[in-house]
Amino acid sequence: MSADLLPSALDLARAQFAFTVVWHFLFPAFTIGLASYLAVLEAFWLATDRDVYLDTYRYWLKIFAVAFAMGVVSGLVMSYQFGTNWSVFSDRTAPVLGPLLGYEVLTAFFLEAGFLGVMLFGLERVGRRLHFLATGLVAGGTLLSAFWILSANSWMQTPAGHVLDADGRFVPEDWWAVIFNPSFPYRFAHTVTAAYLTTAMIVGAVGAWHLLRDRANPRARLMFSMAMWMAALVAPVQLVLGDLHGGNTYHHQPAKVAAMEGHFESVARAPSILFGWPDAQARETKYEIGIPGLASLYLVHDLDAKVTGLNDLPRDTWPTNLPLVFWAFRVMVGLGLLMIALGGLSLYLRRKGQLYDEPWLHRFAVAMGPSGLIAVTAGWVVTEAGRQPFTVYGLLRTADSVSPIAAPAVAASLAAFAVVYFAVLGAGIWYLFHLFNQAPRPHEPGPSADQPVRTAGITAAPAVGAEPRLHPAE
Amino acid sequence: MELDLTLIWAVLIATAVFLYVAMDGFDLGLGILFPAIRSKSDRDVMVNSVAPVWDGNETWLVLGGGGLFAAFPLAYATILPALYMPLILMLLALVFRGVAFEMRFRAATPRGQLWWDRAFSWGSFVAAFCQGIALGAFVQGIRVEGRAYTGGWWDWLTPFSLLTGIALVVGYGLLGACWLIWKTGGELQIRAYRLAKPLGLATLVGIAVVSATMLAISGPFRDRWLNLPGMLIGAPVPILVGLLAWRFAHALARREELSPFLCALGFFLLSYLGLGISMWPHIVPPSITIWQAATHPKSQAFLLYGAAILIPLVLTYTAYVYWLFRGKVTAGAGYH
Repeated sequence: MSADLLPSALDLARAQFAFTVVWHFLFPAFTIGLASYLAVLEAFWLATDRDVYLDTYRYWLKIFAVAFAMGVVSGLVMSYQFGTNWSVFSDRTAPVLGPLLGYEVLTAFFLEAGFLGVMLFGLERVGRRLHFLATGLVAGGTLLSAFWILSANSWMQTPAGHVLDADGRFVPEDWWAVIFNPSFPYRFAHTVTAAYLTTAMIVGAVGAWHLLRDRANPRARLMFSMAMWMAALVAPVQLVLGDLHGGNTYHHQPAKVAAMEGHFESVARAPSILFGWPDAQARETKYEIGIPGLASLYLVHDLDAKVTGLNDLPRDTWPTNLPLVFWAFRVMVGLGLLMIALGGLSLYLRRKGQLYDEPWLHRFAVAMGPSGLIAVTAGWVVTEAGRQPFTVYGLLRTADSVSPIAAPAVAASLAAFAVVYFAVLGAGIWYLFHLFNQAPRPHEPGPSADQPVRTAGITAAPAVGAEPRLHPAE
Repeated sequence: MELDLTLIWAVLIATAVFLYVAMDGFDLGLGILFPAIRSKSDRDVMVNSVAPVWDGNETWLVLGGGGLFAAFPLAYATILPALYMPLILMLLALVFRGVAFEMRFRAATPRGQLWWDRAFSWGSFVAAFCQGIALGAFVQGIRVEGRAYTGGWWDWLTPFSLLTGIALVVGYGLLGACWLIWKTGGELQIRAYRLAKPLGLATLVGIAVVSATMLAISGPFRDRWLNLPGMLIGAPVPILVGLLAWRFAHALARREELSPFLCALGFFLLSYLGLGISMWPHIVPPSITIWQAATHPKSQAFLLYGAAILIPLVLTYTAYVYWLFRGKVTAGAGYH
């Protein structure tokens, strides 16, 4: 067999990292927003003392417990994978990245894991106020975690504040410049907002699913209404944040943006290409359909500006998979536009007083349930495949970062990860769907371990008249 | 005197790894004991006794990995590729176990429950076994040239590493049994007492056999333990193990509740100190010292500022959570 038919150790290590990180990030992308949502629900409960908030809180708390556990165990894998598969990268970048990850563990992971137990099991033991504090600390922990890991990721994209020593190691010069490197504020805002929208899409879909069965269920109304506020208000904000992030990327990583846009020639009035197939061999985007001038407008904010294309950038700095970057970007933006549409429609129906009465809106919201997760994954692919062939952009190549592990060992571990993740995390996700499918009930039990899981259908719904009107969601 | 940041970091990382072994040790131990305790309600109590704390326990492993990356990157970049297979297998087992933790209560059918119980038990066993193998392979030494691992990908598999794997499984089982003595009552506690005795004996045999094997196969190890001044530093360790064994037997005979657990932790602490004495000052035996593996002083200092405040804080609220969930766990009246 010819050797180049087999994937190299490098390809396998990349595939393994991509596989494990995409699986992992599905869970934090959901739990970052869900933790904050739980904190908001509990705050409303403390302020109003209305059962609907506590019931909705407990409904989502059970889901949070499962999703969080899967995030922890799949994240544990990531903290070792830098060393097992990317040891040269680790050795060279550790003086800069090590403390950032160290701070993530010390400020965020312990906070989350420590107070999760109180959040799940402690309400009777500590009372309402301390319990709310625990929820708040877990939510704060998820945001701190996002802060540090995105700072580390951003430094790899736009390295700053360091010098290279004689061994080729990155040595910190200015920590402020390292942490708040040029792309970090944009990436942090864009990613955390994406996590919030991801949660809103899931919460909205679950609420809508139960409204389709029983449009009087006040807990389903509450979650649907809150999620639709989030979509209506935050999805348009995300468009602006994405545009700012794109402008920043264009400044620092023009090859990535050129790949996202499918631009080969540097031209004024650069078109925004809607569809096409970027062909690296031919150095052109085939079958392109575009809107002239639009890319110049949103990248440089000037209709006549010249936009740099790939042909004016060194061939060995091009992203290695152009169609992947190009199409992942379109998936992300397309889903973002659909979220804005959902938010807008909900706003329109809410004004007409029909938010809970239009099944087509609820069906649309159900269909949009996974959109956040898909968009986040696509966005991740854009930014990570787009910064290839480097791990530290412009300074350390991916090919020079990998561990000296033989291809068969990496292949075996990749196969094992694939089997275990699909089986175990797949079962976890299947169970999450089982929980989503259960209607949120009054006197919702918490995640108590020995409570039998009862399947409550429509029949378990409460007497409608007895429920107070909702606030502030209506 | 100037502060030796490298030494401080070595102590911190060693402490984090020990805290991991102590805390995840007993909750992995519960899974290891599952085959010996078969009733559903007993198993529920076992899992409930660690449900509020296991996430936190496992976070010390993240700190071990993350801290090694931050403070001793050369050790991180050579040890992890060398122990590639056992570490990946351990991580996969922990994934299994972590998900089974949440799922075993929620399985709709007894059959489903049985499968998740198996996943929990096997996950705990494999994770512990792989950690023991990794420890044995690490102690035996890692081949390094320049700044990279140069050995093969089966180097970790030796009779010695299998021995340490078994010893650690037994030791974690002991921690689990002693945890149950402390945290449960009634029938389950009596079972735990019965398990603790042979497990304690087996743990001591494990410590003795591993130590004797090290003396037999390793020259530097012999020099350290059988010559002055190493002998003077090292001698108290086996003596203390002997005294502690006597105290442990006594505690079991008198049906004490907390002291068996403390004695079991003591066995681990003393073995760990013994290991430290054997390896010092190397972090990647036999060739790389902590000073050679240390990261840049600026990075050491930057993280140490935070660690000086955050680690005491973490320990404080971890202790608070343990205190909050203090007392016996009984069936049906756990933390709900």
